[in-house]
Amino acid sequence: MSGVRREIALFAGLGVLLVLVFLSQGAAYGVRMLAEASCYAILALGLTIQWGYAGLFNAGIMGFVAVGGAVTMTLTYPSNPDFWNSEGPAGLAGVALWLIGAIALVVAVSRADRIGVPKGLRNALTAVVAGAAYLVVAAQLDPVATLIEKEAGFIGGFGLPVWLGWAFGGVVAGLVAWFIGHICLGLRSDYLAIATLGIAEIIKAILKNSDWLTRGTLTVSPLDWPVPTPGDIGFVASRSAYLAVTAVMIVVIYILLQRAWHAPWGRMMRAIRDNEVSSASMGKDVNRRRLEIFILGSVLMGIGGAALVSFSRIFDPSGFIPLNHTFLVWVMVILGGAGNNRGAIFGALLVYVIWTMSEPAALALFEVVRSIGESLFAWEAPADLNSRALQMRVFVIGLTITLVLRYAPKGLLPEQPPKHED
Amino acid sequence: MNELVFFINKVVLAGGVIGSIYAMGAIGVTLVFAILRFAHFAHGDMMTLGAFIAFILTASFPAVGQWVGLPSAFVLLPVAMVLTALVAIGLDRTFYRPLRGANLKPVVFVMASIGVTLMIQGLVRLFAGPSARQLYIDDRKDIFRLEMPFELARMKIVITEPQILLFIFTAVAVVALHLFLTRSRLGKAMRAMSDNPDLARVSGINTDMVVRTTWIIAGMLAAAAGTLLSLDVTFKPDLSFNILLPIFAAAIVGGVGRPYGAVVGGFVVGYAETLAVFNWAILLRPFKESMPDWIDLPTKIAFVPTEYKITVPFVLLVIILIWRPTGILKGKVL
Amino acid sequence: MALLEAREMHAGYGGMNILNGVSIEIEADQIGVIVGPNGAGKSTSLKAIFGLLHVSEGSVTLDGEDITNAAPEALVRHGMAFVPQEYNVFPTLSVEENLEMGAFVRRDDFSGVMEQVYGFFPDLKDKRRQPAGELSGGQRQMVAVGRALMIEPKLILLDEPTAGLSPLYMNQIFERIIAINEAGVGVLMVEQNARQALKIAHKGFVLASGRNRYTDTGENLLADPEVAKSFLGG
Repeated sequence: MSGVRREIALFAGLGVLLVLVFLSQGAAYGVRMLAEASCYAILALGLTIQWGYAGLFNAGIMGFVAVGGAVTMTLTYPSNPDFWNSEGPAGLAGVALWLIGAIALVVAVSRADRIGVPKGLRNALTAVVAGAAYLVVAAQLDPVATLIEKEAGFIGGFGLPVWLGWAFGGVVAGLVAWFIGHICLGLRSDYLAIATLGIAEIIKAILKNSDWLTRGTLTVSPLDWPVPTPGDIGFVASRSAYLAVTAVMIVVIYILLQRAWHAPWGRMMRAIRDNEVSSASMGKDVNRRRLEIFILGSVLMGIGGAALVSFSRIFDPSGFIPLNHTFLVWVMVILGGAGNNRGAIFGALLVYVIWTMSEPAALALFEVVRSIGESLFAWEAPADLNSRALQMRVFVIGLTITLVLRYAPKGLLPEQPPKHED
Repeated sequence: MNELVFFINKVVLAGGVIGSIYAMGAIGVTLVFAILRFAHFAHGDMMTLGAFIAFILTASFPAVGQWVGLPSAFVLLPVAMVLTALVAIGLDRTFYRPLRGANLKPVVFVMASIGVTLMIQGLVRLFAGPSARQLYIDDRKDIFRLEMPFELARMKIVITEPQILLFIFTAVAVVALHLFLTRSRLGKAMRAMSDNPDLARVSGINTDMVVRTTWIIAGMLAAAAGTLLSLDVTFKPDLSFNILLPIFAAAIVGGVGRPYGAVVGGFVVGYAETLAVFNWAILLRPFKESMPDWIDLPTKIAFVPTEYKITVPFVLLVIILIWRPTGILKGKVL
Repeated sequence: MALLEAREMHAGYGGMNILNGVSIEIEADQIGVIVGPNGAGKSTSLKAIFGLLHVSEGSVTLDGEDITNAAPEALVRHGMAFVPQEYNVFPTLSVEENLEMGAFVRRDDFSGVMEQVYGFFPDLKDKRRQPAGELSGGQRQMVAVGRALMIEPKLILLDEPTAGLSPLYMNQIFERIIAINEAGVGVLMVEQNARQALKIAHKGFVLASGRNRYTDTGENLLADPEVAKSFLGG
């Protein structure tokens, strides 16, 4: 089947699948699933440019999603008068000053080689100063955090419009990516995967334990929507409106990415990805470009994460799981076709539909197993059979990854080189 | 004196315990790095799988230990090790080997191993359930409390039976590995293949056999590490990623591809963790009286709060990658 | 019947052929040398013979047995050894361990052979416990050749054995190669130092653009003014 026909067939098939879901589960369920899938599509677009354009193995998507969600939570949640009336703001301002001073000091020490300090000594000094600075700032933060938690619960939000929260979610995610990128991007893919995995866990730990910032395990809800919420106009209408917003975002992002890919910038990125050595010798600053892509992809992940968290209306740091927020997106991208933007969207929708439907499917399957077992073998099912049944989904996702890699490594919608290649 | 005993318990012994676990896991990871040249993300779950197999065996034959005077899980450990090794070989055959012929980038193998780890995770949690389980079924865990001969020490050094077994096992395993790699034909072939896989092939070395041996060693050590850890604490199915990061850090810190480096790295990471979360204020307590009044000792001085323990191996990793990417024993830079 | 008969080999990388019909034939007691300009397909011919490259057309026989596209492990068992040009030792293994690895396919006692190899390369005897990566270029080359000799091969393939070596080591290596050949091992080597190599060659093959251009004894090739002008740098 030729490329275009294949795509049409696949999207048509997806359409049929969606209709089936709507028919069997109802419109409210269906629209919710689609809205969440569209957020995942934004995440998948972010990953596909990092992986497809620049060959970067980001195993820490969860971290960027969490950052996006945290930022949007803080910006859009109504403000907490207890916090603003207490000494919290002043205390935080003080800590911020300490932090700025500490960063300035560390940066200054790291430049010590310019005044003749030998490199080894400079590195050691920077490490020591950074360690000490961390301890000092942490010590400053601790009493302020305790105070906030005691008097106000947490710092609350700023009550800003939701779209602003999403935009800043992307920006902050981009900043985090900038920071990480400087440390990690020179590493080989394996190491980058390990590093990003670790960073995501650290981000999650920070968000989970900073009760003064996020209420930690107590969670923050309800989060606002950019459109009227279900309470106002009913589930189907509001969710559809939400979907409309995210769909527009996807279209805009898609158009921008396609433009960039076909522009000289995109050609250069492809050249770098396919043959790093020769393009480096041509003077292209390979590392700069990879950092750009990494940041851009992370910005998208921050936005997608913000949209996802806003939709769920609750910010729960414990709810960020590598399976749901990193590996699921990976499956979407490699199944859909890495480096192909339509493939990413397709993969996201298809995989999310399957993922969502797999929950009732798994439960139903295990019910059947349970009844067969009990009637034929007098088997007593364990009490937590239902939660165990959900582990089947984990297994299936893992199996999908290995099968796709083995039999369809380019995905269902492989990357298509643009028509006018040199 | 009490404080010193506390330090010994909480840092020296605890660091040694977790260090040994990391070391054994890191040896497997570093060998897979050396021979197969990719980061084996499924290693943490392989440890869980090994522990789970040990659990099933112990549940099926709980009385075995009593004949020998050791915990049943430990007596059955060799069986669990062999079974895990077979699973490892099977996984390679099914999922990794088909990808080897196609000359793909190493990162594809990492992704495949992530798929494998999710599969193992799902299956183990499906059959084991999410809650923690004791590996001591018909036995009791012996806890030894050693009296210190000093007068002022009322606290005792606490060491448990599984910890003693762990130390002995680790020592034996490291020595056995050393002998294997330096004295046996197959061990030398492994080192050769780690050095130069093309030349190894050209020399007629049976690369399939070396690959199989790698998985056998990795699988056996993973099973041992997982089982002994679960024996000391409990068997928890959600070990995987939490232990993966420290083990990778240990392998990289020690020098990728160097088994001895993995051992060194394991203990470096283990001790770094325990030292970082230790409350140093406790050591300063005896000196409280001799300090002037205006110095107010905080009740807690720790580099890292316990909730953030996961940051320690990661920070070590970053430091070593910036300062000395080949690791302590100068392994490969991948 | 010649020891090695490679006929009309077509081979290349990734769909592009470098060899367009190369034939090489040597007897069991001969030293064969392949020379030619860069890109002529010299190293490629060796690799094609040793199964490191896919031969799409043509055949290779060793002692009458068809070994076209056979796996290296099988060729080693048939008594053919290959010494690559670069990365031809195991750097962290000791000299002695390198030799042991050369004998990996042997199940018998090979201590005698090892003594023989030390006999060819006495310099290595003192360094037997040193990691091969710490040796000088010339000594590493000796380890590389010694490793290949451990299976007592009928035929040894050498890819530019004197590349990057000082003239002193180069002569030593050529002397050793002659000695090895006199001990009964067929030699087929690719060389950039065409003149020196052809001096010791029983048979010379001049390749160009993936084809044979001249095939004759080493002496004759050296004496031929056309060959000298076009291929031996005058």
